[in-house]
Amino acid sequence: MEKFLELLFAGLALGARYALVALGFVVIFRATGVINFAQGGFVALGAYLAYTAINTWEWPFALSVVTAMLLMAVIGALIYVSILRWLVGRPVLTLIMVTIGILIALQQVTFQIWGPRLLPLGDPWGLDTVEFLGVPVRVTNIWTMVLTAIAVAILFAYFRYTRMGVAMRATALDQEAALAQGISVRRVSALSWAIAGALAALAGVMIAAEGSGVTPTIEFVALAAFPAIILGGLESPGGAVIGGVVIGVAQQLTGGYQPDFLPVGLSILVPYLVMGVVLLVRPYGLFGEPDVERV
Amino acid sequence: MIATRRNRALAVRERDRLRLFPSAWHKTLLVALVIVFIATPLQLDDSWLEVLARCGVAAIGAIGLNLLTGYTGQASLGHAAFLGVGTYTAAWFGVQQELPFVVWLPLCAVLGGLAGAVIGPFALRLRGNYLAIVTLGLLYVAQYVFVNWDSLTGGSSGTRTAAPVEILGLDFDDLQIGAESFTRRQGLVWLIWAVVFVVAILAKNIVRTRPGRAMQAVRDRDVAAEVIGVSLARYKISAFALASALAAVAGGLYGVVNRQVSPDAFGGVEGLLLSIQYVAMIIVGGLGTIGGSIVGAVVVSGLPQVITRISTNTDLPFVQGDAGGSSGILDVFVLNQFLFGFLIVAFLLFEPRGLAGVWLRIRRYFQGWPFSY
Repeated sequence: MEKFLELLFAGLALGARYALVALGFVVIFRATGVINFAQGGFVALGAYLAYTAINTWEWPFALSVVTAMLLMAVIGALIYVSILRWLVGRPVLTLIMVTIGILIALQQVTFQIWGPRLLPLGDPWGLDTVEFLGVPVRVTNIWTMVLTAIAVAILFAYFRYTRMGVAMRATALDQEAALAQGISVRRVSALSWAIAGALAALAGVMIAAEGSGVTPTIEFVALAAFPAIILGGLESPGGAVIGGVVIGVAQQLTGGYQPDFLPVGLSILVPYLVMGVVLLVRPYGLFGEPDVERV
Repeated sequence: MIATRRNRALAVRERDRLRLFPSAWHKTLLVALVIVFIATPLQLDDSWLEVLARCGVAAIGAIGLNLLTGYTGQASLGHAAFLGVGTYTAAWFGVQQELPFVVWLPLCAVLGGLAGAVIGPFALRLRGNYLAIVTLGLLYVAQYVFVNWDSLTGGSSGTRTAAPVEILGLDFDDLQIGAESFTRRQGLVWLIWAVVFVVAILAKNIVRTRPGRAMQAVRDRDVAAEVIGVSLARYKISAFALASALAAVAGGLYGVVNRQVSPDAFGGVEGLLLSIQYVAMIIVGGLGTIGGSIVGAVVVSGLPQVITRISTNTDLPFVQGDAGGSSGILDVFVLNQFLFGFLIVAFLLFEPRGLAGVWLRIRRYFQGWPFSY
């Protein structure tokens, strides 16, 4: 039972990180219909920016994280304005390949600036643990869950109560109808990329704090977040959070309880297996909207 | 009068589009290509032949992916997984069981095709983004299987994959015709490009006949295709099986060229990069063209190899680690990555039809000359 609880908490924290990354995907997809393969690059770049703010400029941790989020928001919006805006209405494969191109460029930029080494982030939590329900839980993981919950709450309140948030929901439902109501779809899209950038930076900091620091490999977490967004449904922010948590918990539990007769490494595969099974039953994910096909 | 004649030259007759060689010009081109094919390995040194052999392998895989993505409209990021299936089929039947080339190569195609058909149930339910991410999941399945199946893949240390390449007494590994003997690389270039030729003709025949038209109908609008009587189940699954079969053939030959293969190459992140390269090939070459797949494969797979080769001999500006030893801002690997990303984005933005589209434009210009615009 103790092992289960420990794995469960670790899974929830991992799921919270996936949820942050997945939310970034979903926000962009709702506004622009693009799956942003460069999200992993955003995550890494955000973590590196936070690292620079903390260690080079020696700013306080919280201020650094907020700065990194703001910078990534600007970068995200710039990428939309400079590249993706010109590709509206292109085929799915085109959009995927362009964002992969951006990912490769971002990879090389971060690599040129910060190099391949593991850089200690310098977060205030370190390896501290506290006792919770009789099992040790890492402080980092608690903060991750709390911050994710706050970010999700702010985002959902924004969608629900602000003028721009409602405009974003309208655009997600029907771009043309939104345009007809006087909503600037371009501004909504740019803002969506900005939000995704900020979420990616927060996710990057949380991932780096959980591991021992920032490395180029943290962008791969985005690959593990794909099953989360597909599981929840591409259009659904709530689905992204639930999908992320399900995938995170499933991954940790598999890692902990993997039967001996199966070779190691199953936990990397599990997100995709869960996704495959769900998709065979519900082809648009748990909360996605089925396309209405007209000939 | 002249204008009328020109216009007739511009018009494409429907009958001609169904032919393998629409005009005498195409037959001449074929003869020229055969001469180039025979002569090239005699002229180039081994390091360039290695580049050519790898381009040929890529061309086979790219033709397969183009049948799937360019003609049938199904996005796939899992192509690398099927290359792996081919490589290990060749390693098992060719190297470990010592079966001859004419047995293991078809076996690659059969097993690769069966593996590809596994996506069928997903392909029928999903499209676009969802399908792309399911095929991405394949790479993780491939990684898990390949890394853990020690007896087949040698685990993380890799295994020998140089399957025998002897056909009718001609051993392309150590080719001897009469008194002439040739190097391994020369033999492999001949062998691989002969396979490229066979695969290209096969693919061309598929796309210009009934199944090809059905595939293109599925690409243009799958619901509409089903309404006019095209079986989606049949053509989507066949397209995946066909693409994977060709990928597996390419994988088998990749093993032969490489001799030793590590299982990481086909799964996970490495596999994703490999798959992206194949997608880039068909984008650069031209979606929905067979010739374009080959040209795209040569450009995307050849360019980085050529740059690496040149940089070891000459001093390039802004590039570090080349022969000149100058300290530049980029190293060769980064330069290649940038070029790769630039090629993809540039073609998608400015010429979505790829090099085949560029060629078409040039041809139109001269056909309509001097009345072209």
